[in-house]
Amino acid sequence: MLAFSIRRIFQAIVVLAVVGLVAFSMFRFVGDPIDNMLGQERTDADIVRLRTQLGLDLPFPIQYLKFLQGAAQGNFGVSYRQGRPVADIIVERAPATLELAAVSVIFAIVGGIVFGIFTAIQRDGFIANAIMTSSLIGVSLPTFLIGILLIYLFAVELSWLPSFGRGEVVKIGWWSTGFLTVSGLKAIILPSITLGLYQMTLIMRLVRSEMLEVLRQDYIRFAFARGLSDRSIHFKHALKNTLVPVITVTGLQIGAIIAFAIITETVFQWPGVGLLFINAIQFVDIPVMATYLLLVSVMFVVINLVVDLLYYAVDPRLRSDGAVKAGHQ
Amino acid sequence: MGDTVLSVKDLVVDIPTRKGVLRPVDRVSFDINEGEVLGVVGESGAGKSMTGNAIIGLLDPPAHIASGEILLKGSPIQNLEKKEMQKIRGFEIGMVFQDPLTSLNPLIPIGEQLSETIRKHLPVDKKTADKRALAALDEVGIPAAASRINNYPHQFSGGMRQRVVIALALCAEPSLVIADEPTTALDVSVQAQIISLLKQLCRERGTAVMLITHDMGVIAEASNRVAVMYAGRLAELGSVEKVLTTPEQPYTQGLMASTPLASEGKKRLNQIPGAMPTLGALPSGCAFHPRCEFAYDKCRVDPYPTLSDCNGRAACWLVTENSEKR
Amino acid sequence: MSGLKRFWQSDLMWSFRHSPVAIISLLVTVLLIFTAICAPLLAPHNPFDPATLNLMNGFSRPMEPNQFTNEVFLMGTDDQGRDMYSTIMYGMRVSLFVGFMAVLFSMTLGVVLGLLAGYLGGWVDIIIMRIADIQLTFPSILVAMLIFGIAKGFTPIEMREQMAIWVLILAIGLSDWVKFARVVRGATLVEKAKEYIQAAKLIDRKPIAIMLSHILPNVLNPVLVIATISLALAIIAEATLSFLGVGAPPTQPSLGTLIRIGQDYLFSGEWWILFFPAVTLLALALSVNLLGDWLRDALNPRLR
Repeated sequence: MLAFSIRRIFQAIVVLAVVGLVAFSMFRFVGDPIDNMLGQERTDADIVRLRTQLGLDLPFPIQYLKFLQGAAQGNFGVSYRQGRPVADIIVERAPATLELAAVSVIFAIVGGIVFGIFTAIQRDGFIANAIMTSSLIGVSLPTFLIGILLIYLFAVELSWLPSFGRGEVVKIGWWSTGFLTVSGLKAIILPSITLGLYQMTLIMRLVRSEMLEVLRQDYIRFAFARGLSDRSIHFKHALKNTLVPVITVTGLQIGAIIAFAIITETVFQWPGVGLLFINAIQFVDIPVMATYLLLVSVMFVVINLVVDLLYYAVDPRLRSDGAVKAGHQ
Repeated sequence: MGDTVLSVKDLVVDIPTRKGVLRPVDRVSFDINEGEVLGVVGESGAGKSMTGNAIIGLLDPPAHIASGEILLKGSPIQNLEKKEMQKIRGFEIGMVFQDPLTSLNPLIPIGEQLSETIRKHLPVDKKTADKRALAALDEVGIPAAASRINNYPHQFSGGMRQRVVIALALCAEPSLVIADEPTTALDVSVQAQIISLLKQLCRERGTAVMLITHDMGVIAEASNRVAVMYAGRLAELGSVEKVLTTPEQPYTQGLMASTPLASEGKKRLNQIPGAMPTLGALPSGCAFHPRCEFAYDKCRVDPYPTLSDCNGRAACWLVTENSEKR
Repeated sequence: MSGLKRFWQSDLMWSFRHSPVAIISLLVTVLLIFTAICAPLLAPHNPFDPATLNLMNGFSRPMEPNQFTNEVFLMGTDDQGRDMYSTIMYGMRVSLFVGFMAVLFSMTLGVVLGLLAGYLGGWVDIIIMRIADIQLTFPSILVAMLIFGIAKGFTPIEMREQMAIWVLILAIGLSDWVKFARVVRGATLVEKAKEYIQAAKLIDRKPIAIMLSHILPNVLNPVLVIATISLALAIIAEATLSFLGVGAPPTQPSLGTLIRIGQDYLFSGEWWILFFPAVTLLALALSVNLLGDWLRDALNPRLR
């Protein structure tokens, strides 16, 4: 367990170092930072001064270390486009993205598991088949088309729900939440469905195929032979075994949801980090791009670590290596 | 021997396929009495396991019971509702599967697997059920059961796991246990232990046992009576001494001659020429006739006989002829 | 002639003839590709020739005569009076071009890197597969966006419009090579261990020759399957990037760009400006995807 954890943490650090290098190289080499920061009227003295000030005269590895040090302290530089510290902008916009992602993840996991079990148990039922067929089309649909379709149905035709923005938000400290107002809650429905739908379909299909596989196992047959009820077999015996592989994929899907938030935020003009990132790409706002990359990687790496550790928690076979031999006759 | 626990009458199992109906079990009849061990032998594909699955109501669709009766303590169970059948499984009929490595849910502690089975069938609370689970583990000879009750299946060896499986099959005190190749997946050194454990526990409780195996050694060791199956049909049924020493049906004769046990002293083992036909390509008449050195026209043409068509022990026209001649 | 007949009777064709989904998907795919290639010949208008545009034709409804000019447009026109039908044909050209080029690029890169990693092993293998692992941690659309952003940063401002399509191809291609590399590497490891490769080595054939003549043919099937599925993904990725405004420029609109523009008219009732490009994209992505699914099952049932 310890060796496993150490290896995983080491791998995570390597990933972060590589991503940090990419992010740093973006700062350093994409366009000239001096060009970006000084206006047209500049003197050679200005350039030299700024060079020293930014540490651009130092050797590359030292610059890199300084960059990492700054990043660790939340210093990500200044946005070329907005002229404000990137950290401030991100902090301002993070709640919108995190709330959207959280609702989508819950929607995807709950929906995916419920529909997955249903379609597995009702294997040849009419409704289950209908769900499977529509999920096949759902997987081929680009996220943004789903969003547009939902806007058309619920905002344009039925005018039940807003088509863009977060609605009214309430400030709690520096965190702005949309969960406390009716308009905020209404506003999050369509974006979170759009964002979560694809992942829900994936989880559903995975749960279904895993569940069908598990239901074929001897221990399920044995559970039937012991007279246990369908309910207990499906939800206790089969579900538990189904979840082991599902956890990994679900964890990775959470990462994907954060990345795909970029698309959903654009469709719904959701004022989050993803929209910020897209605007940054359009205007080649390197500090914002690099910061986003760094933050997302940290998030991914953390998620992957958590997933691995969860895996441990669910599957006792991985947990105890020492006890195996003790039971021999 | 006590009362009849299980009585199977003319059981037929069908599997409809695109190429026609397969019949893996064909007009099989036998009884098992209280405290008795009936060994069911035959090659793989002979319909042994299918018969066992039919009795406990766990045939995989599209396989189904096409006709015949299964009487448990005199009442038919072949057409019971799902809920009713659930009450019988585990409570009246226990089952032991072949592979202990895959029969136990890997993510649930063995104590919990026992306790949930006990609670399902007996009106006891969780605490009593846990206590009984512990007692059940003790009975099957798990050393230091109290300290291992919360262990997961992977923490036990194969033999120990099969003991747990037996505990699971017997924990609600069923009147019949179907043991489907209970030792096939185990080390030879452990096989005898498991068989004697099963035999001992069932004798103590008066449980009837249907012991499915292809191992004549296990049959000789454990059973009171033997049923020999061939291509889905019963070939011979009788006491273990008679079937093993004086087999009547030519297939059984061949089987015994090819088993080291019965041919001790002989220099070479005999073998039966050819192989058992597959279900899709059964010959007309007696299914054994293409491999039978005694076969004559009647065997090829007439519908094959069941035990009751003949002398009640061997399904063979020769047997009837012989007895007529006598 | 007999070769054709043999092909027709092969397992693959048998499976094809018995799969209505595959037949319809192939028909739709071929039809759309044909339309895209022949757009200049088939399109009734050239949407990018300002001389043929008439602002009076703006917002014509599909299949109805325009109230000013009485012209009829199959799929209506946009605000500029551009014929949607022709615009979509040209848009599909861009979408398919980017899609094919991106897959070609990622396939070449993935196959070469996979062969090298599998055949040479050692540190080459370690470096290539580590990079692949790290890249796999991130969703490919994010990688594509990032590469697009960086590449855009490197392109001089006056070149950005012109280069956008190539930057897009680079971005999507680079984001998708890992799948190819993994499969090819796996197959290479399997083949490498076989005796005929040992024999080829013994008679001193060059590694490149061995890779090309012995190992490559063995990985063609899975590579073909992945390429087909990748094409659908690349088309969707391109549409997504263009929709987000970080893809094809307005001067060379792809289906995604058209949908981006059409979304503005969703509330004002000009549904056709959005609807037809969206349906075309759907038909294209879905049919290529289904074709890929079928191919995967037909070539290797065990992959499922």
